[in-house]
Amino acid sequence: MPMDWIYGLVGGVLIGCAGAFLLLGNGRVMGASGLVFGMFKTTDRRIWIENLAFVSALFIAPMLFVRPLNIGPTHASENVIVVAIAGLAVGFGTRLANGCTSGHGVCGISRFSLRGIAATMAYILAGAVSVVVFKHFLGAI
Amino acid sequence: MRILISLVSGALFGLGLIISGMTDTKKVQGWLDIFGEWDPTLAFVMGGAMLPMVIAWKATQVRTPLTADKFPAANTAGIDRDLIIGSVFFGIGWGLAGLCPGPAIASLSFGGSSGVVFASAMIIGMLSTRRLQTFFSKTENTPKTLP
Repeated sequence: MPMDWIYGLVGGVLIGCAGAFLLLGNGRVMGASGLVFGMFKTTDRRIWIENLAFVSALFIAPMLFVRPLNIGPTHASENVIVVAIAGLAVGFGTRLANGCTSGHGVCGISRFSLRGIAATMAYILAGAVSVVVFKHFLGAI
Repeated sequence: MRILISLVSGALFGLGLIISGMTDTKKVQGWLDIFGEWDPTLAFVMGGAMLPMVIAWKATQVRTPLTADKFPAANTAGIDRDLIIGSVFFGIGWGLAGLCPGPAIASLSFGGSSGVVFASAMIIGMLSTRRLQTFFSKTENTPKTLP
């Protein structure tokens, strides 16, 4: 277990470096939900290409390194309905709140932003309740 | 240059996510599962990510971005209803599947059909948000400006 914590810390530092690089380089906040959504908006072509570049690299880098680094499977639920409902909730929720774990969590908390901290508390609390309800009461996961 | 920075940042983010174990839904759900076998890994990931980010935000006070004129302004909306309701919806889905937007994309190449279904549903959810938002504000008869 403690080895997982060290991997977590190392990976976390890399995630922080990615956010710091995008912020200091391009002056943009690294929010995964916003960057993914940005690929489906064509308002500004220049920004659209940047979003596409970020999301493509986010997809390709793990594809190349998942074997060499011996990364385990995702263990995601095989239940299509559960996964689809979860995906819809995550997509809708992150757009309504204008951010997810990377935007509000990583970038927001490190800025000591009240919005980021409030959002993070809300989704962690809702997530914990969700696991209790769906796992321990309904047995869906 | 801006495209190159986006590529490097996205790649670093992806590597950080797979190394930290955040593409493993069992680890994420384990962190949220306070009544089960609690897994603290996510706290280490968040803590690790804070270090470079706090320094980066400090740096924004004394310099400008490499390729832009200024840094993004803080959102002045304050803690409003959309922020909390949206985050609650997000949290419910996050707990249910153990995936959030970053890891969903990072694990797309090795997450099998579940990963593809999740990412597709997530994008559909994102694209229908504005419509749902208009619908809800209409039914509550409170006209409000969309972001």
